[in-house]
Amino acid sequence: MERKFLMILTLAASTGAAFATEIPPSDVIFTDGAVEASLTGVAGDPENGRLIVGDKGVGNCVACHEISDLADVPFQGTVGPMLDGTGARWSEAELRGIVSNAKMMFDESMMPSFYRVDGFTRPGNEYTGEAADDSFAPLLDAQKVEDVVAYLTTLKE
Amino acid sequence: MKRLTAALTAGLMAASMVSADPVDDTLVLNGETTIVTRIKAPEAVADVFDEVISGWHFREEETRAMQADDFDNPGMIFAELGEDLWNTVEGSEDKSCASCHESPDNMAEVRPGYPKWNEDAGEVRTLEMQINDCRENRMGAEKWKYTGGDMVNMTALLASVSRGRPVNVAIDGPAQSTWEAGKELYYTRFGQLELSCANCHEENNGRMIRADHLSQGQINGFPVYRLKNAKLNAVHDRFKGCIRDTRAETFEAGSPEFIALELYVASRGNGLDVEGPAVRN
Ligand code: HEC
Ligand code: HEC
Ligand code: HEC
Repeated sequence: MERKFLMILTLAASTGAAFATEIPPSDVIFTDGAVEASLTGVAGDPENGRLIVGDKGVGNCVACHEISDLADVPFQGTVGPMLDGTGARWSEAELRGIVSNAKMMFDESMMPSFYRVDGFTRPGNEYTGEAADDSFAPLLDAQKVEDVVAYLTTLKE
Repeated sequence: MKRLTAALTAGLMAASMVSADPVDDTLVLNGETTIVTRIKAPEAVADVFDEVISGWHFREEETRAMQADDFDNPGMIFAELGEDLWNTVEGSEDKSCASCHESPDNMAEVRPGYPKWNEDAGEVRTLEMQINDCRENRMGAEKWKYTGGDMVNMTALLASVSRGRPVNVAIDGPAQSTWEAGKELYYTRFGQLELSCANCHEENNGRMIRADHLSQGQINGFPVYRLKNAKLNAVHDRFKGCIRDTRAETFEAGSPEFIALELYVASRGNGLDVEGPAVRN
């Protein structure tokens, strides 16, 4: 509770006016799996995106993907394709679509939808095994999605 | 230059895929009994696998070696505690398991066939349910907690006397509807991560998910001693953990859902030898 409150405060302070224009998960518009519009209107920070992608407690993308640029992160998974060069294969809008909800780009994808809040079967309260409660939130908030997308666009080879 | 990098990457990927395959090895128990740890896929999974493979093949060499020798297998200590319980008189009838069943060796044919339809009770019973039925109705003793220490130790004993006998659960007749319910659960994408058992254990076994080498999720080795928590783990606790890790509201040990899931998952390993208590990481 206290943490949530603090987070809202921090968000409000750091994003200022942009906070008001944030696109909530249910309003994101997909075109052929891609999302043209920034979710926040604030440019993503690739450095922060890099941290999110490698952090087990946040994006945890390396659970399924190998990324040479993150060679310092041990134990990278092989369930999904290697992400080296993904920024050359996909446009920024496509990457935003893939990170927000990969199922819009790849049918039945095993990749989780990182910016979605409904349509789940028995959603839980994080990793407790208990049912979800009022604190249920997308896996990544809007600015984190933008940060991750900004990082992915740098992976050109 | 770019092509060279691509070739290099392809080579590296191929190398890492090879090392992630299940190892080619044979489990010989105490230098005597060869355990069937891979075999032609049974009916339930013939359309998705050529072969079913025990989780033993997906573990490191030291872990595999530990299981091959009863003196090194920490799970066997718990099976011995199970044997003490077997001989303990309890309840209003002043009986122990041994009073009626004599030696645990008489149970060698039991583990491979469970979960199993019980005609009198009109239900599919797991081994745990059957044990508690004997405690309550034949001994006049209190039920054990479904995944509590005593129960897990007893199931370790009953698995240990069945080692080297093939899993053979019936999935037709009166058990069929339960089996189908279990199958439905197996393919349901649970939780915020929307992952089904099949996503990980059918489509991606042999691959790495973070630090874990994904196996087929077979249950012929249960209860398993896990190096991670240094204790014996009941099969329903494993199911619970796997569902929890999809950021889902999980089910309870002993719930109708997990009973059905256990029957279904067991049938995916029909033909593999019982190897519990197995050792895993
Ligand atoms: C549970 C496994 C899993 C996780 C976790 C995961 N992905 Fe994926 N991802 C996949 C799979 C599988 C694919 C292949 C697409 C398909 O066919 O479903 C994929 C595809 C992609 C692609 C397209 C790859 C390409 O270059 O063609 C990108 C980009 C991507 N993921 C980014 C991410 C990011 C960023 C994260 C973390 C925020 C992430 N993934 C987390 C499984 C995962
Ligand atoms: C008073 C006698 C009695 C005692 C004591 C007793 N049982 Fe039983 N048990 C039976 C009978 C009779 C059956 C078979 C009838 C049935 O299926 O219900 C049985 C069946 C079983 C089965 C299933 C065998 C099969 O072929 O499916 C298991 C397992 C079992 N008992 C375990 C135990 C354990 C463990 C204990 C001690 C905790 C125990 N029993 C105590 C009488 C007893
Ligand atoms: C996100 C991936 C994932 C999902 C989804 C998942 N598991 Fe697992 N499971 C694992 C990992 C990782 C392990 C440990 C390594 C291994 O044996 O695969 C494991 C282990 C197991 C084991 C132990 C195997 C052994 O030999 O000891 C069983 C049984 C199992 N899972 C069953 C299930 C069932 C049933 C479901 C569906 C309810 C499920 N899992 C869903 C990842 C998953």
